[in-house]
Amino acid sequence: MDTAGQQKPNAKSMSIIVTKGTLDWAYPPFILATTAAAMDVKVSMFFTFYGLPLLKKKLDLQISPLGKPDMAMPMMGMHMKMPNLVAAIPGVNAAATTMMKNLIKKKGVASIEDLREAAVDSDVEFIACQMTLDLFEFDKKDMIDGIKLGGAATYMERALESDINLFI
Amino acid sequence: MADKTLDAKGLNCPLPILKAKKAIGEVPMGGTLEILATDPGSVADFEAFARQTGHTLMESTQDGGVYRFLIQRAA
Repeated sequence: MDTAGQQKPNAKSMSIIVTKGTLDWAYPPFILATTAAAMDVKVSMFFTFYGLPLLKKKLDLQISPLGKPDMAMPMMGMHMKMPNLVAAIPGVNAAATTMMKNLIKKKGVASIEDLREAAVDSDVEFIACQMTLDLFEFDKKDMIDGIKLGGAATYMERALESDINLFI
Repeated sequence: MADKTLDAKGLNCPLPILKAKKAIGEVPMGGTLEILATDPGSVADFEAFARQTGHTLMESTQDGGVYRFLIQRAA
């Protein structure tokens, strides 16, 4: 939030459509939203499909190495890429998630929980897709406070007024 | 001597910028904020941050893996 009277040379705005809710893919939208807000950009985030659970009060984000030949985790001085056959074994997702969370902590990278809180603190607008809520039977009660519900037209209005529109 | 010092050492993108944004609001207008960071990406990022927010990046130096920035809050 800005202190009264602070100069705001950057009267621009950005909208982001957030469609993915895995631990890795949650980063780009929240990093860009919080950084843009820190640079005095007005930000709206529209959470739809698998991105919607990022608004849940209790986050339990996971990654999966399955079908991700581009995912190279540092391990013992090398980079490990996991064959799909191995990635499909039960428990591998949980192990990869733990490994990723350890890396995040070790490298001083913010948690998604912290970035989301920073976004709320800097007045980033969160819009939850009403259709997704209905489709996947989510309850607004399980979502954080202060979110708006809306549909494609709500997003489009933000997009038409924004200088930057991203789909992630 | 800066009005306030922010220790952002060990923090990765975008945390130094987010914390700097908060801290700059706590120094008086025209006052200065000193930021210490270890993220090499923060050198380019603080230049961009200053350009876009109207604050002035007065100093950007490096000493033994620690980057030091001095930002003057826009009056």
